[in-house]
Amino acid sequence: MTPRRKRLFAIAGILAGVGLATAVALKAFDNNLQYFYDPSEVVAGKAPLDKSIRVGGMVTKGSVERKPGSLEVQFLITDFAQSVKISYTGVLPDLFREGQGIIAHGRLHDGVFVADEVLAKHDEKYMPPEVAKSLKKPVPPAPEGRT
Amino acid sequence: MATWTWFHKLSSPPHFYRIAGKMIPWYAIPAAILIVLGIYGGLFSAPADYQQGEAFRIIYVHAPAAWLSLMCYTTMAVAAAVGLIWRIKLAHALAAATAPIGASFALLCLATGSLWGRPMWGTWWEWDARLTSQLILFFLYLGYMALRSAYDDLTRADRASAVLAIVGVVNVPIIHFSVNWWNSLHQGSTVIRKGGPAMPPSMLIPLLMCFAGFTLLYAALACVRVRAEVLQRERNATWLKELGAG
Repeated sequence: MTPRRKRLFAIAGILAGVGLATAVALKAFDNNLQYFYDPSEVVAGKAPLDKSIRVGGMVTKGSVERKPGSLEVQFLITDFAQSVKISYTGVLPDLFREGQGIIAHGRLHDGVFVADEVLAKHDEKYMPPEVAKSLKKPVPPAPEGRT
Repeated sequence: MATWTWFHKLSSPPHFYRIAGKMIPWYAIPAAILIVLGIYGGLFSAPADYQQGEAFRIIYVHAPAAWLSLMCYTTMAVAAAVGLIWRIKLAHALAAATAPIGASFALLCLATGSLWGRPMWGTWWEWDARLTSQLILFFLYLGYMALRSAYDDLTRADRASAVLAIVGVVNVPIIHFSVNWWNSLHQGSTVIRKGGPAMPPSMLIPLLMCFAGFTLLYAALACVRVRAEVLQRERNATWLKELGAG
């Protein structure tokens, strides 16, 4: 084996080793790397109670209720399988609307997710407003998150 | 091994110095044209987005910067590996010359992303997988440059930093696939995507021009910077003295 070939194998070996170690580490930390839980995971009890977590999903159409005279708002988010009720007091981001993907940070308490922060998520699709209007989707958009 | 002669010829510093000097305008001029057209097209001709309105236009800087930050790192790692395996100093010079360019684009990507995130998502920064892995990429660039400057001896700097560059390359696929592997705030890829780009041509064409323009800009910058590296490394070589005299 020439020294050059030896170095080639050494580098390939290092890369394979580091790659494998990273893959194993990422696999082990998979749950911690999830930025949010989806409603199905919450309903299935996979999300911890009374602990600071994030949940994400689409705002269910017609579910947004504002309390008059305050910034308090309640709505449902869904992944088209399960829903979670979210309660939030504060200013919502511009993109917040029914049918929009959102991520809420807060705690699960008595079946309601009490959020202290709500972030809007948007998908990877871009189009002019006219096109979006003419598409007026008869099918629900794909759930956000894992694609 | 006749097929390798071009490779050996290209890896000789005097030859490369000459070729790279000649190539600069061939990269720089199309880069300038494409970037101007792409940015103009993106900011003025392309329609506003149906949900993000005018704010989506920052994509014309953000996405090409992100692409360049990944491409530069890959280039740097491949060059470093070639330098280590075949003991080609010019490859190390290319890796060293690429690092600050890649770091600049990584920073540009993080900065524009943050400016975009504030109005759209409602936050400047979130520790989601895409954002965090991109930040790690920026730190890898900084670490690479810091490690190089910690050695006085160029050969040792080349070898030590090359190992770091190669090890860090595992982060590149992590960044790209982070939005598929984990739930994240950042959306998936728009252009490289199953089912084709999720953008009409009126938006996509300026974006592709920016991608091509930024890539050519890198090529031009790399030529300039590798030439500077070569000058510094070969400062005592006779070919340089002859070049200076002639």
